[in-house]
Amino acid sequence: MRKTLFESLTHGPLTEPAPAPDEAALAELAQSVNRAALARLGRSLSIREVDAGSCNGCELEIHALSNAFYDLERFGLRFVASPRHADVLMVTGPVTKNMREALLRTYNATPDPKWVVAVGACAVDGGIFAGTYAVAGGVSETIPVDLHIRGCPPTPTQLLSGLLALLQP
Amino acid sequence: MLGLWADAEDVYMALLVEDESDIAVISYRAEAGLYPSVAARHPPAIRLERAIRDLFGLEAEGAPDTRPWLDLGFWDVAHPLGDRKAAQQHAPYAFLPVQGEALHQIPVGPVHAGIIEPGHFRFTANGEYVVRLEQRLGWVHKGIEALMTGASLELAAKLAGRTSGDSTVAYAWAFAQAAEAALQISAPPRALYLRALMAELERIANHFGDIGAICNDASFSLMHAQCGILRERTLRVAEACFGHRLMMDMIVPSGVARDISPDGIEHLQKLLAEARRIFPRLIDLYDETASLQDRTVTTGIVRQDYARQFGAGGFVGRASGRGFDARRNPGYAPYGELDFEVPVLEAGDVNARVWIRIREIEQSLSLIDQLLAGLPAGETITAIPSELGTGEGLGFIEAFRGDVLVWLRLDGNARVARCHLRDASWFQWPILEVAIENNIVADFPLCNKSFNCSYSGHDL
Repeated sequence: MRKTLFESLTHGPLTEPAPAPDEAALAELAQSVNRAALARLGRSLSIREVDAGSCNGCELEIHALSNAFYDLERFGLRFVASPRHADVLMVTGPVTKNMREALLRTYNATPDPKWVVAVGACAVDGGIFAGTYAVAGGVSETIPVDLHIRGCPPTPTQLLSGLLALLQP
Repeated sequence: MLGLWADAEDVYMALLVEDESDIAVISYRAEAGLYPSVAARHPPAIRLERAIRDLFGLEAEGAPDTRPWLDLGFWDVAHPLGDRKAAQQHAPYAFLPVQGEALHQIPVGPVHAGIIEPGHFRFTANGEYVVRLEQRLGWVHKGIEALMTGASLELAAKLAGRTSGDSTVAYAWAFAQAAEAALQISAPPRALYLRALMAELERIANHFGDIGAICNDASFSLMHAQCGILRERTLRVAEACFGHRLMMDMIVPSGVARDISPDGIEHLQKLLAEARRIFPRLIDLYDETASLQDRTVTTGIVRQDYARQFGAGGFVGRASGRGFDARRNPGYAPYGELDFEVPVLEAGDVNARVWIRIREIEQSLSLIDQLLAGLPAGETITAIPSELGTGEGLGFIEAFRGDVLVWLRLDGNARVARCHLRDASWFQWPILEVAIENNIVADFPLCNKSFNCSYSGHDL
């Protein structure tokens, strides 16, 4: 353990510079987000992730945001365990009919003001899974969405630039 | 038993006799919607029969459990792949009865506290000790098999690759294998080597992630951080080689969608060197940290007879004395030309499942070396015949968590008539229910992570 810890001290950090906030995300947020509420919460947001039917690809990349290279917490963004602690719901997947009610309840359990970030191609409109008996569609058909981060799955860098747009004053 | 599924009025069962290399698929015409229950004699079939009834409306006569499984009561139709009747009002789901003094229940999910997939766990505990765990799954059921019907091979391959995102390479390969068997074509040798290269990269990326995450669930975040670095480096090399971090949509029927990038081999060699420098140190770190061992050793033991009875694949089976690996048995190209060992342990606890992953990473690093050294020149894709026929085909691939089975039938018009995908998790989830018994509730995350079953791959 000593060697690993020592090398971590002498080796520079692996963390990479922040990407620029995504332009498309800024444009979408300009339409949707209540700036006054965002200003009140400041540059620190608690995120609750909800998988509403994804293939788990998006979850893998959302996990990666916490690794040494992307280090999400340096931006004041962190994942929390309960929707009651959250400012942001990050929702992945096409919303399955089986998960629709659970998602709605999670949304209702999140205190206002709150934002919903829909992650991945399926979260936009159901993507490749749209139209079956078991899929209710994109996230916005169940709860209001403030920001979409596209990609199948979006890379951690894409996720980061989308989230940084949320923090722009 | 490798799988049990339905196609219109027929029920299919895939079987493999231990140490034999031929998979047998038998079918049974369910006259008047009835077929004899397999689960009555072989419990691993219980959930499969429940799923067949939910999706097709076919009844297993004499089935020990007739509760719904994937149909949680939210669909507009009943038997969506069968007679598509209007959905009826569901009776409340009856969990298995529990009796005894001083018992309490802890319902968890479907929305969990971490960044994980949804599922419901109903714990019955006596103090800190779990007396029974009952799972209720199906929340992320998307109807993938319904989308498969009538899909072109191209679309179907993409759907297969999104059955469980962490095993996208393995699923795409299994689908390609099934399609190639149905079409009676084969992928060129270079494509087979590239497929194996992707599959081994996927395996080590997931194993790195799992080892770190298991240690993190025992609050040992140093391992999590270090393994996270190795996982990220692996994904970056995958992107540099194949243009996508998870290598989605790279394997297609008849070959691979793209060749490895010109500087890919150099990237891979750097990754191998880095992993060989760092990983042994992390293994020592795991092995020498007593507080961590205290959590993993003797926790969540899977009995060997259950692993054998359920045909539990991957690290779940191999940590409990079942040395099955689809790359060996029945085996598929190019693994016959490669030298590797299948690690097997007897203890069956969380620790053993960690060690199997460690040993498999070492084997995969060696396999990547061999694949690079022997990478044949030539084409990476062959032409698909324009006349597709109505053949059936089966694919069977070792994903990082165990064997994936894909069966398909073509419709004669260049489309898929029916495709069934069976994740390794079907035969691992039920064992988790037993493995957690008499462990404390706080060890469940650790145990669950050491299994790392797929929700999406199971729910489809």
